[in-house]
Amino acid sequence: MSEKASFRTSGGVRGWFGRQPWYVRAVLILFFTVLAYLLPYAGDVPLIGPQIITEGIDWPSALFNMSYYVLLALGLNVVVGYAGLLDLGYVGFFAVGAYGTALLTSPDSVIYADTGWKWLMAVPAALVLTMLAGVILGWPTLRLRGDYLAIVTLGFAEIIRIVATSTTTLRGDRGFASIPHPPGSWNGEPIFGVTDAIPYFWLGLTVIILVILGVRNLDRSRVGRSWLAIREDEEAAEVMGVRTFKYKLWAFAIGAFIGGLGGVLFAGEQSFINSQTFVLQFSILVLAGVVMGGSGNMAGAILGGVLISYIPDRLRGLSFGDTDLYEYRFAIFGAAIILIMVLRPQGLIPSRRRAMELKDREKEVAPL
Amino acid sequence: MSEPHQKTPEELDRENARPVDQPAPTGGSASAPATRSVSGDDVLLEVDHVTLRFGGVVALNDVSFSLRKGEIFGLIGPNGAGKTTCFNAMTGVYRPTEGAIRFQGESIVGKKKHQITRGGIARTFQNVRLFPEMTALENVMVGADAHHKTSVISALFRLPRFWREEKSGRERSLELLRFVGIAHRAGDVSRNLSYGEQRRLEIARALATNPTLLCLDEPAAGFNPAEKEDLLQLIRRIRDTGVTVLLIEHDMRLVMGVTDRIVVLEFGKKIAEGTPAEVRDNPAVIAAYLGVPTDAA
Repeated sequence: MSEKASFRTSGGVRGWFGRQPWYVRAVLILFFTVLAYLLPYAGDVPLIGPQIITEGIDWPSALFNMSYYVLLALGLNVVVGYAGLLDLGYVGFFAVGAYGTALLTSPDSVIYADTGWKWLMAVPAALVLTMLAGVILGWPTLRLRGDYLAIVTLGFAEIIRIVATSTTTLRGDRGFASIPHPPGSWNGEPIFGVTDAIPYFWLGLTVIILVILGVRNLDRSRVGRSWLAIREDEEAAEVMGVRTFKYKLWAFAIGAFIGGLGGVLFAGEQSFINSQTFVLQFSILVLAGVVMGGSGNMAGAILGGVLISYIPDRLRGLSFGDTDLYEYRFAIFGAAIILIMVLRPQGLIPSRRRAMELKDREKEVAPL
Repeated sequence: MSEPHQKTPEELDRENARPVDQPAPTGGSASAPATRSVSGDDVLLEVDHVTLRFGGVVALNDVSFSLRKGEIFGLIGPNGAGKTTCFNAMTGVYRPTEGAIRFQGESIVGKKKHQITRGGIARTFQNVRLFPEMTALENVMVGADAHHKTSVISALFRLPRFWREEKSGRERSLELLRFVGIAHRAGDVSRNLSYGEQRRLEIARALATNPTLLCLDEPAAGFNPAEKEDLLQLIRRIRDTGVTVLLIEHDMRLVMGVTDRIVVLEFGKKIAEGTPAEVRDNPAVIAAYLGVPTDAA
């Protein structure tokens, strides 16, 4: 790959893909989409299948877990990867989405008598609420940069958790039970039941595909250019007429929206949430996933989201001699992250631009 | 084809002729703080008794001058004279401690940088500040976006406005790349462009914001004589499209060759104003800036 080559003509799998005629690309995309929808049946594939699927946890459930982790990674990628804003409190939006749904639909909620809403009715309301949370957090804090912003967002996630723990309205540990499942029935049976997680995975996957299309549209437009310009040189961007504050706020709101989607799905599947669900570790984990996969690149974020969910789930129920590997999941996971970061600091599937930016910074540290 | 703005030849002639026809308001005298004698509709930008202090340091001291539509205006002075400070005050980076800056009759003090840009003042940076990982075309398109109205919603759902503006923005950006002579590098990441190409790209990006006034901060820094000559041509061509140009420059030959009028700053004070010939012969300028006469060429 020559240094001067433009993106369209560059090498690698992505370069090859970009050079194919549109119908080849369409067929390939369709093929992989169908493959993704068939993932719940991966266990039926001879030889490889049983190696892939999780043992300690029902495989479709593990897939659903992956789907909301991927959603969170995609949302955080908009904030961290595209706009370059370090958000350590991203789990807060996931919580707002889940709590919004619970408050509107759970019989345990104080306002249940007034609403008594079904899951689907609560979705738009909960999503508006998360976007609002994104704007409320972003408005005063986006004037800060880098580390300072990270600390404030960290505080935001803690505020959400503490409020959820200690206010009677949000019920702390007792949580909200009987959150309704998504609607729909097939042959008299509800599609979204308690035993079969496959429909939840399909729903999650569909939402992911819509999010990918939406974020891609934004990225390849004035909005994506503005984000990139802000990330590369905020002052120059502003002097070129980019409304930096507005676009940073949009990145926050869009990230919050996607995180809220994850929360809404999560509440709909679990049917129960409490304040223990939304610990800080969660934010760090998702951020680790995005960085590990390749910040600023959707394929990377998706891979990162899959890994942070899959690795612990895969280790569940496994034992090595007498030791239960699940107990050591964070140690194994940590080792995996360190390994990846040492070998591929730009992430597994890096954004080409991000990789370059990283290289530039390397040069600043140690001039050749 | 390569002209980014539409102006009739008559208009161009009038604008080009004006600075020559009219006498310089202060006649190049060494101590003339008042410059408000210029008739109102002529004035594009007015720096009106601007003082700027950083703590105890007076970076600009009661500086007044005005730019007329369609001219190439030079702002010169020895290192530390306050050229860039003045420039930054005019583009919204610094806020004057005292005095006013009016652009097309409207005060720009306290306005946000992006508002000033969209109002019609574009600038380049003394040290090139492109978006290094964007292609040359994308860099220019960021500038073109300044006047676009595509919202997040229309980008998300690919509404007609998105397609319209994306297409016109791309065409205009390509046109500007041709105008500055680097169209063949449109698809290349700007960090891979040569230094000279980067400087040109920065000018194209600034022009994409559709400015009435283009401010160039030492655009010839690091150029060899041939490149400087090309730059002179480019600046003239920009002026010929109807854009007023403000030039900050060290290189005296360049400034003398291209500008219609010049203001000289020293220690934050204006010491002279006038045509290049007047400034060149001004004893205060020779003493302060040019030093011994043999350096004056």
